[in-house]
Amino acid sequence: MNKRMFLTAAVLAVATFTALPALAQGNTFKIGLILPMTGQQASTGRQIEAAARLYMAQNGDTVAGKKIELIVKDDTSVPDVTKRMAQELVVNDKVNVLAGFGITPSALATAPIATQSKTPQVVMAAATSSITEASPYIVRTSFTLPQASVALADWAPRNGIKKVVTLVSDYGPGIDAEKYFKERLIFNGGQVTEALRVPLRNPDFAPFLQKVRDLKPDALFVFVPSGAGAAVMKQFLERGMDKAGIKLIGTGDVTDDDQLNDMGDGALGVVTSHHYSTAHPSPANKKFVEAFQKANKGMRPNFMAVGGYDGMRVIYEALRATKGQGGGDALLAAMKGQIFESPRGPMFIDAQTRDVVQNIYLRKVEKKDGQLYNVEFDVIKDVKDPGKAK
Amino acid sequence: MLTILFDGIAYGMLLFILAVGLAVTMGLMNFINLAHGAFAMVGGYITVLLMQRVGVPFLVCLPLAFLGAALLGGLLERALYRPLYHKPHLDQVLFSIGLTFMAVASADYFIGSTQQIVQLPEWLKGRTELGEGAWMLGMGHYRLFIIAVCAALTVGLQYILAKTRFGSRLRASVDDQRVAAGLGINVNVVFLSTFAVGSGLAGLGGALGAEVLGLDPTFPLKFMIYFLIVVAVGGTSSITGPLLAALLLGIADVAGKYYIPKLGAFIVYCLMIAILIWRPQGLFVRQGGKS
Repeated sequence: MNKRMFLTAAVLAVATFTALPALAQGNTFKIGLILPMTGQQASTGRQIEAAARLYMAQNGDTVAGKKIELIVKDDTSVPDVTKRMAQELVVNDKVNVLAGFGITPSALATAPIATQSKTPQVVMAAATSSITEASPYIVRTSFTLPQASVALADWAPRNGIKKVVTLVSDYGPGIDAEKYFKERLIFNGGQVTEALRVPLRNPDFAPFLQKVRDLKPDALFVFVPSGAGAAVMKQFLERGMDKAGIKLIGTGDVTDDDQLNDMGDGALGVVTSHHYSTAHPSPANKKFVEAFQKANKGMRPNFMAVGGYDGMRVIYEALRATKGQGGGDALLAAMKGQIFESPRGPMFIDAQTRDVVQNIYLRKVEKKDGQLYNVEFDVIKDVKDPGKAK
Repeated sequence: MLTILFDGIAYGMLLFILAVGLAVTMGLMNFINLAHGAFAMVGGYITVLLMQRVGVPFLVCLPLAFLGAALLGGLLERALYRPLYHKPHLDQVLFSIGLTFMAVASADYFIGSTQQIVQLPEWLKGRTELGEGAWMLGMGHYRLFIIAVCAALTVGLQYILAKTRFGSRLRASVDDQRVAAGLGINVNVVFLSTFAVGSGLAGLGGALGAEVLGLDPTFPLKFMIYFLIVVAVGGTSSITGPLLAALLLGIADVAGKYYIPKLGAFIVYCLMIAILIWRPQGLFVRQGGKS
């Protein structure tokens, strides 16, 4: 090869490489997935990313002639970082959809960017009721805390639990859980004797739990972020509160499937309400759990994973319905009103509120094949977010 | 009532073990070591990982946590801390906070950022109750265990400081490094061993506290404030100061959260402000030492 030929080849090669992205631009569909991959909420990020990748592996990465590209960013659960990343994704990467969002403040910080750039924002985890009201471009595939807590407040009085003390972490979702649980419980003839709020960064639950023990309610309603659930449970037992006749109830965050096995037998019998359990007895869920565990070294999918999985489905279907044409508004319109069978059971995206409507299950922790599971024993069908009722 | 007091004492004892090393290094070497919590975290992770992955019993893990953290402390003292002893305080603070962030990030990277869960042996899980009504005393066995261990350690430390030759050398070095060195005390060795023991105690505290305080990579940052409060309130010149400060803070924190849950988290800070206005040098200041 002489010098000139080599040069031409080199120029050609460079030209091809620079031309490629330009070509690809027209044919790729980019999803910017912003998740906490490190920090306290890292398990959320791991679960959702794994689920999103599983959905892509199962359903191919080409939809309506477009190649789906997933860009994962770690926001470490810091809202400012989430916002900056969303901005970069929209401006530099030109993503078609923003997705993920582990905690409420992250989702809220991104809302203005979604509105201004007309980019659909699919919330796969954060559960404060008001999130979908922050931007007309937000669609949620996880759940809302009022949904879960109201279901529990319906169940409790029918099962001899009248006097309840609530213990929640002092931040958006915790206050939501407390408020809606309390309202519904009082409506159902129950009584909240004391509403305790613990600081989000609370080292020791002992004094709060001691207070609960001295108040002697029928049950203690707990909402804490998923990592702290195990600590509450252990100290609850250490204090002998189960023997004092106090039941532990809460939303499903407390008995997070991801951590349940590490909590030990003390968790047995705890009643929670949630939209998803790994043990949900449906063929769709069996398939999902099996595939998920196979792809992730036996990691158990939790409610975060199912939110991510269904979020990807909503995006895929919207892209299919719009035939790969049209911008954010068309996609958004196609996301609204989707009805489908998720691993969690039937769900649909309410066209008015863009929030998820789904069954809420009441579950009890039981041992099956040497492992702890949230076993569903009752269901409240098609629960709309009570936060949007006004 | 008594139960609250009991829980407060357990919490305070734990804070004391975690912070005493910091008090000594600050008093002795005039070095502000913000990375102290990182040693506690190391002890905590040694315990959790040994128990989860290797199946070592809890009681064996505790001395191992002490040794591991002490060894690490000794190594770092020799390699990193010693050159900084004569640097300005700002450099020391920047250095040690940097070390803290590195510790947080590496724990995050290697072990993962989820809360670690300790499975206690059966005999530590129970609870004993005495008395009736308002004067009922409910004691969790694990908290009782913490109090026992920490009390024994306190007595031991006090004995070493007050009665042994090493203790008198240490006190001499605290009072005046140069004169102590002039009298033939090998100040470097005193520093090294004290630093190592202080780190080891932090490690032990982290191991004991993993059950009560929780353990995740942000541990050194979460509890840095508490350590600093203990040291600031207690003064740095003796063991009794930090001990009383830690007990006071522990009881105030627990009681505050019990009686006024809405204000709970702030009681500690109010107390600290009040004490520092009253005695800016801390509760106990020994006269005659070089400040």
